[in-house]
Order: sequence, then structure tokens, then C-alpha cells
Amino acid sequence: MIPGAFEYHRPESVGAAVKLLAELGEESRVIAGGHSLIPMMKLRMADLSHLIDLQKIDDLKGIRIEGGRITIGAMTTQHELITNAALQDAAPILREAALQIADPQVRYVGTLGGNVANGDPGNDMPGLMQCLDASFTLVGPDGERQVAARDFYEAAYFTARADEEILTAVSFDAPQGGYAYEKQKRKIGDYATAAAAVLIARDGDRCTAASIAMTNLADTPTYSAEAGAALVGSGLDDEAVKAAVTAALSAIEPAEDNRGPVEFKMHVAGVILRRAIDRAWSRA
Amino acid sequence: MAKTHLKMTVNGQAVETLAEPRELLIHVLREKLGIKGPHIGCETSHCGACTVDMDGKSVKACTVFAAQADGADVTTIEGLGGPDNLHVLQEMFREHHGLQCGYCTPGMITRAHRLLQENPNPSEEEVRFGMAGNLCRCTGYQNIVKAILAAAAEMAAAKEAAQ
Ligand SMILES: Cc1cc2nc3c(=O)[nH]c(=O)nc-3n(C[C@H](O)[C@H](O)[C@H](O)COP(=O)(O)OP(=O)(O)OC[C@H]3O[C@@H](n4cnc5c(N)ncnc54)[C@H](O)[C@@H]3O)c2cc1C
Ligand code: FES
Ligand code: FES
Repeated sequence: MIPGAFEYHRPESVGAAVKLLAELGEESRVIAGGHSLIPMMKLRMADLSHLIDLQKIDDLKGIRIEGGRITIGAMTTQHELITNAALQDAAPILREAALQIADPQVRYVGTLGGNVANGDPGNDMPGLMQCLDASFTLVGPDGERQVAARDFYEAAYFTARADEEILTAVSFDAPQGGYAYEKQKRKIGDYATAAAAVLIARDGDRCTAASIAMTNLADTPTYSAEAGAALVGSGLDDEAVKAAVTAALSAIEPAEDNRGPVEFKMHVAGVILRRAIDRAWSRA
Repeated sequence: MAKTHLKMTVNGQAVETLAEPRELLIHVLREKLGIKGPHIGCETSHCGACTVDMDGKSVKACTVFAAQADGADVTTIEGLGGPDNLHVLQEMFREHHGLQCGYCTPGMITRAHRLLQENPNPSEEEVRFGMAGNLCRCTGYQNIVKAILAAAAEMAAAKEAAQ
């Protein structure tokens, strides 16, 4: 279980890291927490001649909350998402989701940036970021640009990020109303059989806004505008919830694997989404 | 591939060694530094037998490249206590039969140590959740949880006595 040889770099600024990526080309990759990359390299599914470690770049760390906008540096760990009190106040869904990722050891080192940049459909943060309508900041040799989480994922391990770009931060408006991240997994430390991120705003008995995305049920995370729209204006009666679940299920395309056949995954997805909707509504 | 010069603090001692960047921290500890407390169970980031404390975090040393650990402060089970000066956690694992074959134990205790640093008075549920990255094939976990809760109580009592 020893990966192929590589040269190691530890730049101290985003500029220096981008420059290295551009100079070293295709055979180079950044490493954040390493908890997706190292397992892939051990299996020799990734073979790289240069690793550019982001651990020393202070600009990539930290959580800022300003005027209702939350910005989280790419190198912020899942453990930090769980323990940051201000974030817990402003967007408790992050903590709820992060607690369902992997196990304590993995969460100490696994980063938000690595989780969203990786492109593995099993990662939990991408679906959540689509639900939050987050924006990813990418910095490359030609400067900085923003890409919406809802436009970022193209296929498994293919994203809108160019090879020589670094994802520096994730930002989103502090969500209003109720929230839930619900995940079905075979055991602690497992990726989702199905997971759902739900945000619901409510005025009296009426739902005024809703956002729904699902994890590990297609090649990419699946945001469904139709599913959210099915709830808006309703009092979350059975019919509206059914319509939302039907819309979300028609947007996913689960594949059969060791977590079960397609029919089973469709069933679990429906159950999980319904639970997430109920919980978000009860908290709204 | 050229070896690089690694400098770390391991169990309070400054150490230097040569390693290829791709070598895993667990191999550097066991094979280069002769620190054999942390074990290799799965080598695939799942079992936690290789858990060490690195810069105040519990990490799986099979999923850290040597190069990433350059400059780090690492504590292994050897740094917590030895045969003549057992750590409270080690005492309580013995007392409550928190081990059978003992293979998982160094990882368990190193992880439990960090858990109790962060949460000195955990509930049983918090212990189970906080230890979820460590697998044991022998004990069924019951006595591991008991040992950790007993250690937390002992540590609290010792702290109170010292005040
Ligand atoms: C046992 C185990 C269980 C796990 N369970 C889950 C789970 O349930 N849910 C889940 O979501 N994840 C899970 N993970 C994955 C874990 O959360 C990873 O830490 C995470 O996916 C990647 O973050 P990282 O910081 O470790 O990234 P790395 O592994 O360092 O990087 C992953 C990829 O992203 C790229 N990358 C990283 N940072 C950047 C950046 N800033 N800009 C551009 N590219 C970047 C890297 O080049 C690499 O291709 C698990 C991992 C393990 C080992
Ligand atoms: S040997 Fe590292 S987690 Fe199993
Ligand atoms: S005591 Fe044997 S694996 Fe835990």
C-alpha cells in the first residue's frame, strides 16, 4: 500500500502554489488533508509526480461571517466546522452534515476545500453546498473567478475547476429557516447510501422557500429546483411532500454497487428525503 | 526518488531522519524510529490501530505522508506512559479488561487521550461517537467504553485533589 514516488512542495502563498501547479503541469496535484487523495494514490488510481501541500498557506484557513455572508477558507477542516461556535449559530446545517462524515480522525484533517474539489459523488459537502447555493472561489494564473456549486460538478471526478486552479474558499448566505442533513450509511465512516440536504423557510403555516439537494445518488450531487418548488406555497401536506420527493427522485440516477441495487437506493432516497423535509420543517 | 530530511518532535524528543516523501508516517515511526506502539491494522484508513496524536489531533498515521509530517509534534502510546509509569487510561484498560489481544489498544488509548483532553467529562454516547474511528475485533467495545469513562472519572478526581 505504498504509492508511487513524487516530489513534495510546501508553498506558503496561494500565488506560489498556483505558479507551481502551472509550471509542473498535468502530473502535479495539490494535497489538502490527503484523506481522499492518499487512499487513491495507495491504490495507484492516482499517479502523480508532484504534490503541492497547502498546509502552510494561512490565507486558505478560517471562517468569516460578515453581514449575513459566510466565507470558509478551503483548508478549514471538518473538525473546525463542527467546533466553530459562530458557524454553529449562523449555519448549523454545516455542523450537522460534518458530524456525519467519516470518523473523528478523518474529520481532524479532511478539509472543506478537499471535500468539495474532489468530485467524488460520495462526498457529503457538495450536495450541501448546492442546497445552500454556495459559490466557490477559484484562483488560477489568470486571476480569480467564482463558480456556483450548482454549476461546478460535471461528472464523477470532473469539475469546472481547471487543472492549474486552486479552490481557495467557499461562500454562501447564512441560511434562514429550518434545515436538515439526513444521511443513510451502512456504518460510521461509510459514504452515503443516500443523503439529503434540505432548507425550508416558513411564514405561519406556509412554506415560503425551499432548497433540496441529494448526495451519492448520481455521478454528481443533485440539486432539484423542482423539488423545492413543489413545497413552496404549501403547508407541507402529504401531497406537497410527495410531489417534492417524486421530483427529487426523477432527478437522481443511482447506480448499483455494494450499497445495493437501484430499486433499493431509490427507496432509501425517498425515505431519507422525507425525513429531511420533516425535520427541516419542524425546525423552520 | 531522493530522500528528504525530516525533522519532527516525537514524544517530546527532537528527531531527524531521512525518508522518501511518499513513505507513510506509520512506517517512519515503526521502521525508522523504532516506535512500534502504533500498529498497522488495515493500512486503508479504516481501523484506527495506527492512531497517533499529531499537532493536537488524532490522526491515522497510515494516511499521512512522511513529508506532510515534517515539522510536526507527534505523540504515540509510548509518550503517554510505560510499564513503570502507566497512564491512567492504560491502568483503566487493564482494570476494566478494555483489551484482549491488545492489537487495537495503542490506537484506542491514544485516541481516547485526545478525546478526554477535549471533553474531560464525556457521556457514554460521546465516548462511543468519539471512538468511532477505532475498530476492535475482540472486546465488543463494552469494556473499552467502561475503561475510558473510568479514566475520565479518575482524571477528574485527581484534578480535584490537586486543587
Ligand atoms: C475512512 C474514510 C471515510 C470517509 N468518509 C467520508 C464520508 O462519509 N463523507 C465524505 O464526504 N467524505 C468522506 N471521506 C473523505 C474525507 O472527507 C476527505 O478528507 C475529503 O473528501 C477530502 O478532503 P481532503 O482535505 O482530505 O482532500 P485531499 O485528499 O487532500 O484532496 C482531495 C482532492 O481534492 C483536490 N484538492 C484538495 N484541496 C483542494 C483545493 N483547495 N483546491 C483544488 N483542489 C483541491 C486534491 O488535489 C485531490 O484531488 C472519508 C475518508 C476516509 C479515509
Ligand atoms: S492501519 Fe491506519 S487506519 Fe488501519
Ligand atoms: S483487543 Fe483485540 S482488536 Fe481490540
